[in-house]
Amino acid sequence: MSMTASPSSVADRPSRIRALMDLFRHNPLMMLSAVILLVLVLAAIFAPYLGTVDPRKIGVLRRMAPPSAQAWFGGDQLGRDLWTRALYGARVSLMVGSVVAVMSISAGLLIGMVSGYLRALDAVIMRIMDGLMSIPGILLAIGLVSVSGASFLTVTVAIMIPEIPRVVRLVRSIVLTVREEPYVEAAIAVGTPVPLILWRHILPNCVPPLIVQATYVAASAMLTEALLSFLGAGTPPEIPSWGNMMAEGRIVFPIAPWIVLIPGCTLAVAILAVNVLGDGLRDRLDPKIAKRM
Amino acid sequence: MSEASTHPVLDISHLSVALPASGDRRHAVVDLSLTIKPGEIVCVVGESGSGKSVTAQAIMGLLPKGQLVAESGTIALQGEDVLQATPDRLRELRGTRMAMIFQEPMTALNPVLTVGDQIAEMLAIHTDLTAAQQRARVLEMMQSVHLPDVERMIDCYPHQLSGGQRQRIMIAQALILDPALLIADEPTTALDVTTQAQILKLIKEMQERRGTGVLFITHDFGVVADIADRVVVMQHGNLVESGTRDEVLLSPKMPYTQMLIASVPSLVPPHREPVSGAVALQTVNLSKTYQGTGGFLDKERIVKAADQVNLSLRRGETLGVVGESGSGKSTVARCIARLIDPSEGQILLDGLDIAHLPEKTLRPHRRHVQVIFQDPFRSLNPRRTVGQSIIEGPMNFGLSEHEALARARELMGLVGLSPDALSRFPHQFSGGQRQRISIARALAMQPHVLIADEAVSALDVSVQAQVLALLDDVRKRFDLALLFITHDLRVAAQICDRIMVMQKGKVVEEGATGTLFANPQHPYTKSLFDAAPGHDFSKR
Repeated sequence: MSMTASPSSVADRPSRIRALMDLFRHNPLMMLSAVILLVLVLAAIFAPYLGTVDPRKIGVLRRMAPPSAQAWFGGDQLGRDLWTRALYGARVSLMVGSVVAVMSISAGLLIGMVSGYLRALDAVIMRIMDGLMSIPGILLAIGLVSVSGASFLTVTVAIMIPEIPRVVRLVRSIVLTVREEPYVEAAIAVGTPVPLILWRHILPNCVPPLIVQATYVAASAMLTEALLSFLGAGTPPEIPSWGNMMAEGRIVFPIAPWIVLIPGCTLAVAILAVNVLGDGLRDRLDPKIAKRM
Repeated sequence: MSEASTHPVLDISHLSVALPASGDRRHAVVDLSLTIKPGEIVCVVGESGSGKSVTAQAIMGLLPKGQLVAESGTIALQGEDVLQATPDRLRELRGTRMAMIFQEPMTALNPVLTVGDQIAEMLAIHTDLTAAQQRARVLEMMQSVHLPDVERMIDCYPHQLSGGQRQRIMIAQALILDPALLIADEPTTALDVTTQAQILKLIKEMQERRGTGVLFITHDFGVVADIADRVVVMQHGNLVESGTRDEVLLSPKMPYTQMLIASVPSLVPPHREPVSGAVALQTVNLSKTYQGTGGFLDKERIVKAADQVNLSLRRGETLGVVGESGSGKSTVARCIARLIDPSEGQILLDGLDIAHLPEKTLRPHRRHVQVIFQDPFRSLNPRRTVGQSIIEGPMNFGLSEHEALARARELMGLVGLSPDALSRFPHQFSGGQRQRISIARALAMQPHVLIADEAVSALDVSVQAQVLALLDDVRKRFDLALLFITHDLRVAAQICDRIMVMQKGKVVEEGATGTLFANPQHPYTKSLFDAAPGHDFSKR
């Protein structure tokens, strides 16, 4: 039998960057979300250089000042600059979102692969995960904060713990299907050690759904962080975060609504952008679901 | 019935179906003309991609929208052109004038409705019968397709029935409104050979009794020989040859038809000398039991997938393990390759028992037993190049990448592929080519025992013949012990030195291929031979 596949067909696997560019071109909403996120990330990184002052500095003249040419977003009830605080608040939000996403996905990936592939450990691991899943995140955060004080670390850990079991379940279900594939059995038959099988043959199948899952985890982490900070169980008050800004402005809302509305809007826009990006990636990476919608 | 005088049920003339612009050819079906008279079974035969299923979809008005378009021609169903019919009219025609049965009865039936409801649905849509009348009619229909205990079965869900019973339900559903045309798209391909024989008999009986015209799509010439009145051979969307069954099967005119028929393995095994090499593989009382917990408070259910299997296989010998689904033939193969752990017994590989070795001590022995799997589309990792897949094993055993690649290049030549295929991905190859790659991957380990688990079952008949020849060639060249798992007696007859017949986990008969085919002893073996499609035909 002769080869029917033409040599040029090697080129029909476009590079990943090219594929990503194509995706953005065909989905303007995704493009917009990506741009918004990029702007937010840059603003957070370069916050000190973007016409900001010390976020904790109190200026009497700025007290509840409406947005103006001098103070773009106005001032809060203590006279702190809201433009400054909104940018610094983005730091907290984006950090929590990305750190929680990366950490819970990595931890969940590792535990899920072990649980899905080594059946002996499966029952034990999954029961522990069920246990973790039953802890309400907010309660855990309040508990942790009252024990060890409010800090970035406690908030991140508190949000991460209930997310991990979700990732574990996703990864485990993929592993359970992929491990039955004949190519995995072929790898076993040629004596490939278990860690290599997981790395070479199973991990690549988990990556696309996990990228999508990561965006959802990030969005929900940002939201939870804001909620915790609003309740006073999150980011400590000396660090500005969108959540504690809203909490502080809540009382003066009828007089100075922008104190609440500005961080509220930035939070909403950021989360919307992350979710739209996640939906677009899912449509692309998981065509089966995309067709159904 | 005087068929010659009646009008044709179906008259397709000059039908062309266009493929989307991105396809590898312009048309799925090109200028096809065929007629089916009442009470006639016309078999459309062809390999994958021949356009036979597209033809069926075009008749039913089921062409995928926006992808396939009937460009020209007419399809006249009792004189009415279905290509011009409105969607409403098409819905009326389906069921009352034409009906279809599919390959996989499990997916064609709705799992959450009882089978009775699904048959009655046809009556509810197309007739004014009351619920009681419908039920009576359904029961009658179920009886006529020879289902047992219909009063109970009418309220069963599809998963509670066997594959053959489900296909009977499909047939009952298709025929309850007495359509003039029945389209059967590979209706027996997913069934065991004994069930297949019963279903073929049923289709023939129903069709004779009701005078239905049948368009029967198949790839299996054995089935054609059993059931066809006339045969249409298709290739790449073109009609290659048509004629009565005997004309096409006994004196095919076109080279393609001749090649197809010559590729069908004969049921008469060639003479083979007994092999006297060293014993490479032996199993002693090999058993695999599955314990299903029957649920809370229920008794544990024990399934013996393999029960006290003894086999021995010499270097240079091919041992066929033949049986229907659930016979345990794959279980035995997977135990020997230690893809699953046997429950009891010994597996002696070159004299050493590997049945219960832990993974660590087993690993050095794994290279001696290699497996070729059934599904060529799933046995290679789609994300890794062919080269990476082939060198994975040798590199596990200490070969450098350079040495492993050199070996892979050599093997690619041996299996009939070009060495630059190594840098490509599996999706760029056809099924037959992928199976060659799998063989190369197995050979790269320099095994003593090669297990082919239904390795040619998913392939078209012409490709099947080539891959079988390749397997036989590498067996001789490397003095391999080949364990050949198959459900296909024809294939087994051609390639195996000895054959072992399995049923429900037990070996029921074993012997040299020639002796076994000439004089089967066990009743089950006999029934397998009787059920083999086209067995009268090939003995002529």
